[in-house]
Amino acid sequence: MTINGKAYIAGVYEHPTRKADDISLAQLHADVAKGALEDAGLTKNDVDGYFCAGDAPGLGPLSMAEYMGLGKLRHVDTTETGGSSYVIHVSHAAQAIAMGKCTVALITLAGRPRAEGMATGTAPRNYGSAAPDVQFEYPFGPTVVNMYAMCAMRHMHEFGTTSEQLAWIKVAASHHAQHNPHALLRDVVTVEEVVTSPMIADPLHRLDCCVITDGGGAVVVVHPDVMKRLNRPRVKIRGAGEAVKLQMGGTIDLTYSGARWSGPIAFEEAKVTPADIKYVSIYDSFTITVLMTLEDLGFCAKGQGGKFVSDGNLISGTGKLPFNTDGGGLCNNHPANRGGMTKVVEAVRQLRGEAHPSVQVKNCGLALAHGTGGSLGTRHGSATVILERE
Amino acid sequence: MATKARTIPSVPPSPDTKPFWEATAQGKLLLKKCRACGQLHYYPRPLCPFCGSDATEWQAAAGGGVIYSYSVMRRAEVPYAVAYVTLDEGPTMMTNLVDCDFDRLKIGQRVRVVFSPTDGGAPVPTFTTVP
Repeated sequence: MTINGKAYIAGVYEHPTRKADDISLAQLHADVAKGALEDAGLTKNDVDGYFCAGDAPGLGPLSMAEYMGLGKLRHVDTTETGGSSYVIHVSHAAQAIAMGKCTVALITLAGRPRAEGMATGTAPRNYGSAAPDVQFEYPFGPTVVNMYAMCAMRHMHEFGTTSEQLAWIKVAASHHAQHNPHALLRDVVTVEEVVTSPMIADPLHRLDCCVITDGGGAVVVVHPDVMKRLNRPRVKIRGAGEAVKLQMGGTIDLTYSGARWSGPIAFEEAKVTPADIKYVSIYDSFTITVLMTLEDLGFCAKGQGGKFVSDGNLISGTGKLPFNTDGGGLCNNHPANRGGMTKVVEAVRQLRGEAHPSVQVKNCGLALAHGTGGSLGTRHGSATVILERE
Repeated sequence: MATKARTIPSVPPSPDTKPFWEATAQGKLLLKKCRACGQLHYYPRPLCPFCGSDATEWQAAAGGGVIYSYSVMRRAEVPYAVAYVTLDEGPTMMTNLVDCDFDRLKIGQRVRVVFSPTDGGAPVPTFTTVP
């Protein structure tokens, strides 16, 4: 059983807002759902499968299905793996469609951390004392930035990776973001500007960190028979893989991510190799997230990520592997502190030829989107999908 | 030299971790050892995460280790160093590095456990560099 060729992405939408002071969380979900369904040429009455994660308010799919008037659901899925959830949802939607459980699957994400003044990366999060790790971690104040920073520190120690190499990832994202009118940060930055920006948590500077934004996005995954009726470019789901990376009782290795496992599963299902991929959307909560993921997916050898991303190699038009051409989480948008959805959306834009002309990859027939949700190194979901323009 | 200390928040113990926190109050760091597979694990739990056996028992760690990785939180009111320390017994644990120069920390550096007070709960195992 495979999902290769069993489902298509028919609609995508990214909310244009980056600060939603006057829009409720529920309305953001409904707005993006409407946007993606209109993009596909469908309506809410066509939706028979609904997917959402922990960002959905109230009782999740029960609250949101009522609010949006989804009266024909026969399949729901609330897989929660942080920011990677929505990449997994694409895969699970394809599985459900292949199994005959639904024909039009709607996936939504939304959040307003900026309007709510959330200290996203600089205050330790307490998930409640029932979470078994909280007693042994929360007292030590591990912020999200610290957790990713410790991966970067260890990577530097083992492989000689430098802050300047990490900075190239932000530089490339900024080159792309200048063309995106909705991007939060549109100024092109230099390596020097990244490494001289204020240190947040050693060795990650402010410009190594993604933006904090409100908004959201949605994706509509459909059965091939539905796709045939729609007058939209055909973006086929070729393969997908998912994995979780843990601390495994204290046998911690911070130098690799779950992409080491999710990538090969996706490539095998899609029957392609990293060399076939024309464009990648790589989750970029921090610069180190991108570097480790590119290594783990096999775009370069382990430890060579620093060299691989240097000298503009991720910049569309000049580099060898264009990435995050919307500006990514580092410059454009990281709605709800969860970047998986926008990774899928920009990959679909590239495959349709609907990316900004300045960053559109020529003959973009095969793209990969990858999500990393949770804490890099010690507890995260990794999700890879491979998509093809048919 | 970072000499100021931050206030460390405490988290109430759960039924299965009470012995751990009673031990820290006595200046002891406990690990869990599985009698079935022989492996040590951390953070401690009643069922071994490696083999699933419920035959786990507490074992005191000697208190020595090396820095596996660290990151100084510069954006806090009082900067502090979060770290993973690999104990001589094997497991790697999250902790804070205290009473040391944050600008001279290095991966691989030797450290020893010192117990730091919390805001009303049991002290927590932190580590300081060994000269």
